[in-house]
Amino acid sequence: MAVADYPFSQPAALEPPDEWATLRDGCPVSRIRMASGDEALLLTRYDDVRAMLADPRFTHNLTQPDAARIADSESGGVFNEGGAAAGMTSGEGHVRWRRMMSRSFTAKRVNALRPRIEEIAHELIDEMEAAGAPANLGAAFGFPLPVFVICELLGVPADYRDRFAHWSDAMLNLTRYSQAELDIARRDFHEFMANHVRTKREKPGDDLLSELATIADAQDGRLSEPELIMTGQGLLVAGHETTANMIGKMVAMLLSDRARWERLLDERGLIPSAVEESLRFDANPGFGIPRYLSEPVEVAGETLPAGTTVITNLASANRDTCAFADAGDMVLDRRPNPHLAFGAGPHSCLGQALARVELQTVLGVLLDRLPGLALAVEPAELRRREGLVVGGLDELPVRW
Amino acid sequence: MTAVEITVDQDLCCGAGQCAMLAPDVFDQRDSDGVVILLDPAPPPALLGVVEDAVAVCPASAISVKP
Repeated sequence: MAVADYPFSQPAALEPPDEWATLRDGCPVSRIRMASGDEALLLTRYDDVRAMLADPRFTHNLTQPDAARIADSESGGVFNEGGAAAGMTSGEGHVRWRRMMSRSFTAKRVNALRPRIEEIAHELIDEMEAAGAPANLGAAFGFPLPVFVICELLGVPADYRDRFAHWSDAMLNLTRYSQAELDIARRDFHEFMANHVRTKREKPGDDLLSELATIADAQDGRLSEPELIMTGQGLLVAGHETTANMIGKMVAMLLSDRARWERLLDERGLIPSAVEESLRFDANPGFGIPRYLSEPVEVAGETLPAGTTVITNLASANRDTCAFADAGDMVLDRRPNPHLAFGAGPHSCLGQALARVELQTVLGVLLDRLPGLALAVEPAELRRREGLVVGGLDELPVRW
Repeated sequence: MTAVEITVDQDLCCGAGQCAMLAPDVFDQRDSDGVVILLDPAPPPALLGVVEDAVAVCPASAISVKP
């Protein structure tokens, strides 16, 4: 069988690639070629993807010499560079790191952020209204909001956000940057975070970085200095792009069929399930999750050899008709909704409760403030951002 | 629906907080590390729907319900 280039192209920014359904039906383990030119195997079915995400034989060791490179830069980009994080990404080290981090992202902690998120959302809408319609909801609202939230949580000044945006893009773009550009971005970002951690030590605040710096200072093996800096960088990047893009895509999906938006105007109680369904229905979530096989594993009746690089397509899994009734429809009151947008298993997204609270809160505020919100272009004219690990829309022109 | 008995596996739990968001009367999370705490192993019938949702959406498959 021919090797397909990956990621696949989409017929439109909100529509899934045709390949997903074809591969789920006929070729659940398929060969793909990535931006680097290296080959890997792609999983597209819900059961296979879910099982792989929770299986420790599917490791994060993409620094292995025979692992496929993901991006077209020399090193292969963010997934292929291990560095200081190696000890905290698997096994006992991961469990320890995860539990140390999880307490900052519990349902209780993130629910307490709702009033502040609402306040930020209102301020951004005030500014957007003052500037007048039409507006790009992505740039005016979707992007700044999660950045303000993660910056406050970490205790990092939000006025650096243009630089964060650049570093974040450099970390997450698969095609745009040369190795030299990546190296500069990485060095600058590291220097920024190291300096910032130093400031926190001198003048601790009521924030996550100060808390983590205290843990690292205890030198009891919980968190080393390089791990502290990697963690700060990781949270800043993760809190930056993912939710920002998802706000835009969620609003676009809800407005692309006006009946969806109107139903939510009438039934605010559906906001949580509508958020989950937006996460499931997202046809443009980005690259997928890469793993490296430490030993042979059987998937869908086929034995994959040790040393194989496997990519899981979470969004294809989320459209699998074997897992979801009416998988091709956006069902705002779907429940339960065990989608894989945040992954599954021990590595499922650390910040998922925060993302949920942000998405639920902004959707509520948008419905209250801008009930007449509408796309200012046809859905088919929306363009996706290209080359990113995290998928999103280029622009989201709206009026109200 | 008749009474059920819920069990949680704290070793499997990844602290995603879905259960505590969906059914806060039944599940909570430890302040120290986000791991699930079972508040009510035999909740009233009115809560069984959300408990079943929590079982289905737990990313670590750490919650079980038996009749």
